[in-house]
Amino acid sequence: MADYGDGKPRLLQGNEAVVEGALYAGCRFFAGYPITPATEISEVMSYRLPAVGGTFIQMEDEIASMGAVIGASLAGAKAMTATSGPGFSLMQENLGFGCVAEVPLVIVNVMRGGPSTGLPTQVSQGDVMQARWGTHGDHPIIVLAAATTWDCFILTVKAFNLAEKYRTPVILLSDEVVAHTREKIVLPPPGALEVVERVRPSMPPEWYVPYEDNARGVPEMGIFGDGYRYHVTGLIHDVHGFPTERPDEIVPFLNRLFRKITQHFADIQMVEEELTEDAEVLVIAYGSVSRSAKRAVTEARQRGIKAGLIKLVTLWPFPRKILEPLLARVRGVLVPELNMGQMSREVKRVNQGMTRVETLNRIDGNLITPGEIFEKLVKL
Amino acid sequence: MAKRYEIRLAGSGGQGLILAGIILAEAAGLYDGKFVCQTQSYGPAARGGASKAEVVISDEEIDYPKAIQPDVLLAMNQKSLDTYLSDLKPDGLLLVDATFVTEIPATGAVAIPFTRIARELGKEMAANIVALGALATLSGAVTLKSLRTAVLARVPPGTAELNKKALAAGIAAARKYLKKSATNKIF
Repeated sequence: MADYGDGKPRLLQGNEAVVEGALYAGCRFFAGYPITPATEISEVMSYRLPAVGGTFIQMEDEIASMGAVIGASLAGAKAMTATSGPGFSLMQENLGFGCVAEVPLVIVNVMRGGPSTGLPTQVSQGDVMQARWGTHGDHPIIVLAAATTWDCFILTVKAFNLAEKYRTPVILLSDEVVAHTREKIVLPPPGALEVVERVRPSMPPEWYVPYEDNARGVPEMGIFGDGYRYHVTGLIHDVHGFPTERPDEIVPFLNRLFRKITQHFADIQMVEEELTEDAEVLVIAYGSVSRSAKRAVTEARQRGIKAGLIKLVTLWPFPRKILEPLLARVRGVLVPELNMGQMSREVKRVNQGMTRVETLNRIDGNLITPGEIFEKLVKL
Repeated sequence: MAKRYEIRLAGSGGQGLILAGIILAEAAGLYDGKFVCQTQSYGPAARGGASKAEVVISDEEIDYPKAIQPDVLLAMNQKSLDTYLSDLKPDGLLLVDATFVTEIPATGAVAIPFTRIARELGKEMAANIVALGALATLSGAVTLKSLRTAVLARVPPGTAELNKKALAAGIAAARKYLKKSATNKIF
């Protein structure tokens, strides 16, 4: 087995880089069901994981995959699965269980054209709202979006860190272009990047109150078999993990579930800014489209147009605080995306009429070109 | 070389174009030390459907990963030539597999029978490597040394000899073309 932290450049697909990121972060369990365009993640995991003492299981479907991932995480393993649209739909029920039972896990959703079986081999960004609201009930969620092979590596590490830090499922959205583009990457050596481990209880087991609030809003997590016994349920539960219908227990529980995310926005919300300091017009993009946008912005600058780019890395919770000052300042904003307008709705909601928000939508299974963005940009 | 150099390899599934794209990208990225992006598009069918691989080579970080206006088009069948010819840069390099491409609606195309050459070497499947040899010789997109290293690092075990021969045959065919076109320039 090659040493992956040897400092040598490699040519890796986005999907392959996801695997390397997961292993770097300490992932030792993967359960999944192969699906285009996410298959390479399962494929590479199936031989890379056993090589590092981890476990790979090909499950009967995506419902069971999520069940296995939740179980593995409760038993102490950093666990993940990877899928695309149809499989992501099947994962939604157990995803909600993961949110309520506060189980750290990572789901990679490589977006392809939808709805339904849709366009299996073609690119889309149609699952942005599904990632936010796919599972029922009011719940917070963390969703990151990758645009390059390096992103696939680093954001998978980040996704595991956030999942473990905040005891929550984290979704990494990739897309067919990002997943299958091969780029040169030098994988960092072990120890070069921060890797977060979940906080485990240290008090005597009989004193352990599994869902007790604390300053971080993130209870310490006992793992199965270490003596810290507790009850895990999808029902709204009291601090001991048992079902409750008491308003004075329901409300604090749900409030804490949200608070553990909202009070850490500064840690969770990430964007990459490009030439925004003096920008008069702005492109807000994410995933593969942000690469087209970057080129369009560069071309616009060459023509004397003061354009800037915000590449959204965290899609949810939406980085409102970062965007607001820019929206208040620029002449117009363009939101190009591979759907009928999902993120642009969020930008418009946050914008509150401060500036003009234009959309550019492509749904034919192909990536938006820099030229298409440029044409819209010059008219802003 | 210009800052951004784009190569499109097109044909049908099974002709090994995605592997050819990977080899080209590794030659440029890992051995020539350039920035590189390799992308592909493919249909739901594993064999026989349309298949396309693209390689973008640059001296600086690559934003848009796909070809915008290719500097090189390799068309391994008639359909891919008809589909993609209009995207090619006006002074771009057009390379076609003369085994399958019979109608060339452009002057200045380089027609070499890659598949026939590979058949004569004993394995039709090596047509992609023959084509790579010619492509690198005619375009200079990657050095032949890097290409040779990349080919041998990627091809399946036991096929090194065949692929070395295929590469050499492609290079020889391209050199023959260059010589001929040089003597033809009489005006």
